[in-house]
Amino acid sequence: MKLKQLEGLLGDLQQFSNPKVDLEQYPTGPHIASRMLFTAENSYGDITDKVVADFGCGCGTLSAAAALLDAACVIGFDIDPQSLETATLNAEELEVEIDFVQCDITKLELKGRVVDTVVMNPPFGTRKKGADMEFLSAALKVSSRAVYSLHKTSTREHIKRAALRDFNAKSAEVICELRYDLPKLYKFHKRKEVDIAVDLWRFEPKQN
Amino acid sequence: MRLITHNMLSCNIKGVTNGFPLKIEAEKVIEKEVDFNPDFLRHMFAKIEWKALAEAARSMGYAELPDDSPDAAVIESADETFLRKLHHALLELHLEEGALVCPETGRKFPVNKGIPNMLLHEDEV
Repeated sequence: MKLKQLEGLLGDLQQFSNPKVDLEQYPTGPHIASRMLFTAENSYGDITDKVVADFGCGCGTLSAAAALLDAACVIGFDIDPQSLETATLNAEELEVEIDFVQCDITKLELKGRVVDTVVMNPPFGTRKKGADMEFLSAALKVSSRAVYSLHKTSTREHIKRAALRDFNAKSAEVICELRYDLPKLYKFHKRKEVDIAVDLWRFEPKQN
Repeated sequence: MRLITHNMLSCNIKGVTNGFPLKIEAEKVIEKEVDFNPDFLRHMFAKIEWKALAEAARSMGYAELPDDSPDAAVIESADETFLRKLHHALLELHLEEGALVCPETGRKFPVNKGIPNMLLHEDEV
C-alpha cells in the first residue's frame, strides 16, 4: 500500500464525537498516523506479519493503519467505551479485524511476550501528570520488538533518560520531529488551531 | 475478542497471584475466516501459553487442540493440518458476548460486542 493511499483511508475514519478533556482525547490525524506506521514498516519491518498493540487507541486510527499494513493481529486498548464503539465501527468500515480491550493500560499487566510492536499516541500528561511516562513504561514491559510513540519535543531529554534508565529500553531514538496540529476541540482552547512540536520515538526493549 | 488476545489477559486485582488464565463463559461465539499464515503461526507457537489456549478454545466450542503442547516436530513438519487448527483457534474464533472469569476470585469481566471490560473497581486496585 502506498503512503498516500494509507493516508486517504485513515482520513475517512470517524473521530471522537464528544472528546473527554480529562483523557486528553485528541484524534491522531491521518498525516501523522500514516507516516508513523509507514516508517515503522518500511524502515524497520515492525508491522507486517507482527502482533501490534495500540495503547490508548481512542477511535482506532493507529490500529487501523497497522491493520492496513498487514499486521498479523492488531489489538487496541482504551479506557473509554464510547471511543471503542467508534473504533469498532471504523474497523468494520475498513473491513479489517481488530480486537479491542477496555481497560486502564497503566494497571493492566499483559502476560508473556506475544506482542511484537506497540504503537501509541499517549496522553501528553497535561491533565493527569505523568500519564505519558506511565504509558511508555507499560509499552516497554509488553513489547518484544519495538515501541513507537509520540511525545512533546519539550520532554525529549526527560523521556530518553526515563526510557533507558527506568523502563528497560535498550535504545531510544527520535525518528523525526512532527508538527501535531490540534484544532480547537475544547472550549478552553483560545486559538482556533495550535500546532505542537512532537517527537516520533522508536524504543527497543531489552530482551529478557 | 480472539484467543490470541485472551492469551495475554489476566486478572490484576490487588493481591491476586493466580489470575491467569481467565476462564471463558461463552454466550455468543462467531467465526470469521482470515488468511492462513503458516510462518506467523510457527513463530506464535513458541510464544503462546498452550494450555490456556486449548482450554479457552474448548470453552468456545472448539475441541480440536490437544491439551498438552505438541512437539516442535509437529510444528516444523510440512503437514499443515495442525497449523490450520492452531490458526482457527487463535485467529478465527470471536467471543462476542460472555465473560472472562478470574480463576482465583471468580470476578467476572464482561464481554460485550466482542470487547472485554477489564476495568477494576476502586477497591480492587
